[in-house]
Amino acid sequence: MPSVEILSRVQFAFTIAFHYIYPPLSIGLGLCLVIMEGLYLKTGKLLYKEITKFWIKIFALIFGIGVATGIVMEFEFGTNWATYSHYVGDIFGSALAAEGIFAFAMESAFLGVLLFGWDRVHKAVHYFSTIMVAFGSALSALWIVIANSWQQTPAGYRIEGHALGARAVVTDFWEMVYNPSSIDRYAHVIIGSFLAGSFLVMSVAAWYILKKRFEAHAQAMFKVGLSVAVIAALMQLFTGHRSAHYVSKYQPAKLAAMEGHYDSLSVADMYIVGWVNNKTETTTGIKIPGGLSFLTHGSFSAPVEGLRATPPQDRPGAVNFVFQTYHIMISIGVTLIGLTLLALLLLWKKKLFEQRWLMIIFAWAVLLPQIANQMGWYAAEVGRQPWVVYKLLRTSDALSRKVTADQVMFSLILFTLVYVLLFALFLYLLNRKIQHGPDISGSKRDDDHDQYYPNNLENLPA
Amino acid sequence: METILGLDLPTWWFLVIGGLITGYGVLDGFDLGAGSLHLFFNKEESRRLVLNAIGPVWDGNEVWLVIAGGALFAGFPLVYGVILSTFYIPFMLFLVALIFRAISIEFRSKEPWTWWRKMWDISYTVSSTAITLLLGLVLGNLIHGLPLNSQHEFTGNLLTFFNPYAILIAFTTLSLFMLHGAIYLVMKTENRLYAKLTVLVNNCSKFFILCFILTSMATLIYIPHMTHQFKDHPQLFILPMIAVFTLLNIKRNIDSRRYFTAFFYSCIITSCLLILFAVGLYPNIVLSTTDPANSISIYDAASSTKSLKIMLLIAAIGTPLVIGYSIFVFWTFRGKVKLTDMSY
Repeated sequence: MPSVEILSRVQFAFTIAFHYIYPPLSIGLGLCLVIMEGLYLKTGKLLYKEITKFWIKIFALIFGIGVATGIVMEFEFGTNWATYSHYVGDIFGSALAAEGIFAFAMESAFLGVLLFGWDRVHKAVHYFSTIMVAFGSALSALWIVIANSWQQTPAGYRIEGHALGARAVVTDFWEMVYNPSSIDRYAHVIIGSFLAGSFLVMSVAAWYILKKRFEAHAQAMFKVGLSVAVIAALMQLFTGHRSAHYVSKYQPAKLAAMEGHYDSLSVADMYIVGWVNNKTETTTGIKIPGGLSFLTHGSFSAPVEGLRATPPQDRPGAVNFVFQTYHIMISIGVTLIGLTLLALLLLWKKKLFEQRWLMIIFAWAVLLPQIANQMGWYAAEVGRQPWVVYKLLRTSDALSRKVTADQVMFSLILFTLVYVLLFALFLYLLNRKIQHGPDISGSKRDDDHDQYYPNNLENLPA
Repeated sequence: METILGLDLPTWWFLVIGGLITGYGVLDGFDLGAGSLHLFFNKEESRRLVLNAIGPVWDGNEVWLVIAGGALFAGFPLVYGVILSTFYIPFMLFLVALIFRAISIEFRSKEPWTWWRKMWDISYTVSSTAITLLLGLVLGNLIHGLPLNSQHEFTGNLLTFFNPYAILIAFTTLSLFMLHGAIYLVMKTENRLYAKLTVLVNNCSKFFILCFILTSMATLIYIPHMTHQFKDHPQLFILPMIAVFTLLNIKRNIDSRRYFTAFFYSCIITSCLLILFAVGLYPNIVLSTTDPANSISIYDAASSTKSLKIMLLIAAIGTPLVIGYSIFVFWTFRGKVKLTDMSY
């Protein structure tokens, strides 16, 4: 049987990869909901209310699975990584607790109003709840990314004790929160989330347009999704550059693995595609001369540190894996910029919704931000190995000492079965909701209902 | 050591975690109990009504578990690691049950087929009951104490957890949550369902009273360390007195059909039992049965003074917000449940 370390790592990677499908969708969809419901309040058009209601139902499905799989992550730190928990509790624990108390409580409470409160609260209160849910989900991500970033670039701490009894202790809370990579990584993650959510909206809309169903609703949805996606795709170029810059500065071994550079180079090239042979320690592929130097230092001739500058036991082993995941992420990022700009251009020329081929691409493009998010996360986490807390605590030392391989094997099999079932049900129900579409039949009743309420915010009673 | 109002920081954080766990017991307690009772309702409409009675709030209630977990991680990281890795298998089953419960509630209403709904109904009751029993089992073992060596490491095996006392606590927790849930549901329903629930509430209260008496006797006889605090601080006897007083009041209010008051009292008794547990443990969190010196106290496990101070500030700002959201949601959805097009 594989070792406890391998099994625990596989279990953590599997459970977090599965979890990481949902929160980015919630965050991106949350922003789209704020725009959709805002348009409803501003214009008073029932169409916007119908698409808002439709997407809130899908949001609830995604959010529900995100919560259920997120609780698993929180507990796994204690069950599988007890030594790690002890080591970082002072820091990681406080960020996690802050997430729960400031963000998660907000989103969960207001989600109830979002779903069940249509006829119970005033429109403005409902809209306020939508904003709180969207804000809460983005705030959740902030604390989680802070906790994770501290593992990448620890700051604001000192080490107490020694050997396995050692632990990191906060010396400066704000230095810990604003550790060197927090903000860059958060910006990168949150914009990746906006892309995930907006591409889901556009995918469903494109599918309706292809099937000639709910066309007015679909075009409205598509425009909301596209407005988020265009800005997000362009901004991702900037945050990606910022992230590469911080990695070069604070985790040079990770950057070297991402680009497959073993030797330190005075001028580093950037691969577009390539292959790293982990055994012979060589990389082949198509490259832009000086590209990496430019990306990290803004100059085509700046030196970049290679993997051999780091002792073998301290550098990531799976170099090709880090290289490939990183490059897939970048390629997708560039593709998304092209796609969204093309759609924007066609929309401006009023020809967008007639392009069947483009609608087919958009119907499938929902997978691209998802893949990019997963790949980016793998590159970041596998690239950090063999450290769980960079240069402080090795992953192999972070385990629970009393947990056996049998126990982890049991839970790994259990989670695999449950998650496969969960994913099948998720796809099935998502598909059913999409097939069903927005409730337009309810318009009549909503019409009557709406007569008792003013149609826009300006007319609200004080 | 630094103190605030005469209490040291680890004690303050012990109180915060105790408060969060109590909040979780009081809030998620009733919706878990409602879940355990779910299969007692036969008609489709009744099942939809009782599900929608907890619909807008169960997610918010579960947040308290996440916050309590985070608070334990942050305040007593050593204990977090020891408890979760020691109860590895029970917690894994607990997590799977949590997932099944969430999806049962979410997925049940998505298809009209009888077999589909029946399947999720069963899954909902089984998972709610499993969550309650597993939490009770862990609680029972923490009261009873665990075989820990001098490195604070667990030396028992899976069977160690299934001692008679822990099993009794598991069932007491189940009876408490079922009663709590039944009272909540009877408040939220009307007509036939209400009539059915009045019978159910009575049966649940008998089940709980039986468990309560057994647990009290078993604790006094077999778990003498839980009463040590009472010898040094006789004023603490007020707690068991409140518990008994509340218990009698629940029965009286149910009999005279004052369910809102009865629900208030079932909140009090849930809190009271958890406070008794905390008082019995303090200043330890994990008791060792092999040698009292191997127990983990709040001082062994606490995070740094600085961290505890920051987190007390976070808790002081955050807790009123969380309570505020909860009140807003409960107020929004006050009154009897009505089914609408957005219902489960």
